Amino acid sequence: MTTRDEPTDSEETAAATGSADAGEPTHEPPSDAATDGGTAAAEADAAEETTEAAATRTPTTGAESVIAALEAAGAETAFGVQGGAIMPVYDALYASSVHHVTMAHEQGAAHAADAYGVVSGETGVCLATSGPGATNLVTGIADASMDSDALLALTGQVPTELVGNDAFQETDTIGVTAPVTKHNYFASGTDTVGDTVGEAFAYAETGRPGPTLVDLPKDVTLGETDRTPKPPEPPAGAEVDPEADPDAVERAARVIEDAERPLCLFGGGVIKSDAADQACRFAHDHGIPVTTTMPGIGSFPENDPLSLSWAGMHGTGYANMAITHTDCLIAVGTRFDDRLTGGIETFAPEAEVIHIDIDPAEISKNVHADHPLIGDAGSVLEQLIAAIDDDPDAEAWRDRCADWKEEYPMTYAMPEDEPLKPQFVVEAFDEATDDDTIVTTGVGQHQMWAAQFWTYTEPRTWVSSHGLGTMGYGVPAAVGARLAADTAGDTDRDVVCFDGDGSFLMTIQELSVAVREDLDITFAVLNNEYIGMVRQWQDAFFEGRHMASEYEWMPEFDKLAEAFGAKGWAVSEYDAVADTIEAALAYDGPSVIDFRIDPAENVYPMVPSGGANGKFALSEEQL
Amino acid sequence: MSGADDPTPNKPDPGSTHRDTRGKNADRPGMPGPAPEERPHPEGRRNSQGIRIDPAVEAEHEPRRATISALVEDEPGVLSRVSGLVSRRQFNIESLTVGPTTVEGHSRITMVVEESDPGIDQIEKQLAKLKPVISVGELHDDAVSAELVLLKVRGEEPDKVHAITEMYGGQTLDAGPRTITVQLTGDEQKIDDAIDAFEQFGIIEIARTGQTALSRGDTQTVPGEEPGTSGEPTSHATDVGETTQQPYHDP
Repeated sequence: MTTRDEPTDSEETAAATGSADAGEPTHEPPSDAATDGGTAAAEADAAEETTEAAATRTPTTGAESVIAALEAAGAETAFGVQGGAIMPVYDALYASSVHHVTMAHEQGAAHAADAYGVVSGETGVCLATSGPGATNLVTGIADASMDSDALLALTGQVPTELVGNDAFQETDTIGVTAPVTKHNYFASGTDTVGDTVGEAFAYAETGRPGPTLVDLPKDVTLGETDRTPKPPEPPAGAEVDPEADPDAVERAARVIEDAERPLCLFGGGVIKSDAADQACRFAHDHGIPVTTTMPGIGSFPENDPLSLSWAGMHGTGYANMAITHTDCLIAVGTRFDDRLTGGIETFAPEAEVIHIDIDPAEISKNVHADHPLIGDAGSVLEQLIAAIDDDPDAEAWRDRCADWKEEYPMTYAMPEDEPLKPQFVVEAFDEATDDDTIVTTGVGQHQMWAAQFWTYTEPRTWVSSHGLGTMGYGVPAAVGARLAADTAGDTDRDVVCFDGDGSFLMTIQELSVAVREDLDITFAVLNNEYIGMVRQWQDAFFEGRHMASEYEWMPEFDKLAEAFGAKGWAVSEYDAVADTIEAALAYDGPSVIDFRIDPAENVYPMVPSGGANGKFALSEEQL
Repeated sequence: MSGADDPTPNKPDPGSTHRDTRGKNADRPGMPGPAPEERPHPEGRRNSQGIRIDPAVEAEHEPRRATISALVEDEPGVLSRVSGLVSRRQFNIESLTVGPTTVEGHSRITMVVEESDPGIDQIEKQLAKLKPVISVGELHDDAVSAELVLLKVRGEEPDKVHAITEMYGGQTLDAGPRTITVQLTGDEQKIDDAIDAFEQFGIIEIARTGQTALSRGDTQTVPGEEPGTSGEPTSHATDVGETTQQPYHDP
């Protein structure tokens, strides 16, 4: 990384020759005023000095314009993998203030950038070359799309004149990624490519966040230009009015005042809107119990007396009872995914639904909204707080919710003749770490245990793959999360990745990045030598036939970690858990603990697919 | 699960060779708490569209035919973005036409869909989220709409073909010894009737553009549209671009 500060002004060449496309806007002189507009917001940060300096430097090529746009947008970190068609862009990164992290695989780059964005609250940036580089990004882009994470992907492309010829490493990246991006752009001219990148960056985080992509043909990035990119701005019409219709807010307020069994459902939108404070105030001011969705974990402290933790397929029994019996559901920033609702017929069947969302298309998409409030979660919650005159009379309801907490406690048994329980490992980690610890996960049983048995109290501490359910998300996400924390100066913040053995094996190569970049991450593999969630379903629904879910053999992850240059431990006894966790957290660098857990342990409660939330099973025989 | 329902009947029972986690779990008590059947459950229900219903009058919105007009920026790939959205969200679409408007760089897409009210609402909102889409709206029932059809029929009875063509206000584009090709325009009912009438001659080939439509009178076709005033009229010589096709040409 020592090469990042080298100057490139000496590389400045004469004006553009034949690279400008016909029909592009005429050249404009570099505008200092415009550049200032893009960076003024972050001037306080010392790190921005280089950014500003770089942004005011006039680019000489399309590629430099791309990087200038990133710098002007405030991007501090990018994740990617080199390759032929993206080489000009990488060459321009050589002299940039943007810290580039070379990942082992493009999927890892997309997940790392996604997690970086989740933790930092800014658009994550990933890069890949054309063809396989771009297609390898697709899983990560689709993941970001499903979870509404702001992500900018920059992909190399074969030169424009070869596009459509099935050239070497050519893929129709625009076609492939159109269904999983908010919008994607084919960069058509050297003079405008920087503007396009800036717009794509800004668009990703405007309104409902999501991934954008700019496909960069090599001739466009190699071509010469002297145009400084415009400041990053979303396209016209993308900005959303943060406030909801005041009349609709008044009507919703009356419904809440009159409710007997009101319930909040906070989704990921609360976190994306940085509205955790307003969400907390809303619930406390009016004494309304709170459930969250899985992406909404961290939007409301789970140790708060009003918290019922998260609802849905593997949510708590009390959250699912409350959501079934509420007569007024105040849903904020959620899209009513089927893993949350179970069967739609039995979801909150007696509730008037007040739905706050920034995306009008989510209103009544899955669950009919009696009172849609379209706007930013934080702003609309403020409006509601101001509009409610009388608290709902919900004391009996709060008591009932408290009773459910007693009735359906989140516990697990630890019989002496059974192997180590994964829930115990999660709780031991929670105990050994501070509240601001960031948890990343893969997908499967381990993810559910990490969500259930860790008490989340702060937003942006739970980093997982929800909508797409991407096994392998955990390791690269931990890399991205660590860099986001380090970039923000929070080097003391712990990052813990809970992974399953199956998920871990899918992206284990990113351990090499954690070692190379000396990232302080603790990986806890809850190893049952199964694709455990599939095994659990096979036991419940396929008469125990473990088709392709049983690995029977797994590498020794502690030794594998050592081979990567990380620290490794293997733990199978309760006695060793606390000490090993302490040692791993104390180790300054990446460490892996291979927890050999009970392979027969299942995740409960469980609402079977399409079932009624209130009829969650507590054991296999209830399914 | 009975043997008859077994989805993989040819697999041997793996219980003897694999770790039998099922047996282990069946013995386990699971989490504490009343069993599902012991819990209270509310009477209410929602229908499949997520709307709370009175179980006595289980009503769902029935599909209906709707014409949706969208003003879009005429940028590369806009048609594929729109058609991709329609296909991946499984909207039922009957026809789609695209053509330029009086404003340079703008095109109008007209879609006829068959969906329930919530489905139509979703189509409009999802379309509006596409970056190149400027404005979307559903047309009222009284909108004016028309489709153009080219019909190639057998040419044995030119007089009769001509009479039917006249009857439906059509034009003969090509008449040879073996085939006659006519052009018809009109609303869906008229086109369907005309096609029925031409059946007697034996229709060899048919090409239809699909319905295109505008709102009646001075009502704007899509919300916020300013008819003809928001830019230079698109000249006939303008290249429409790779992404749009003109629905029909004057013969």
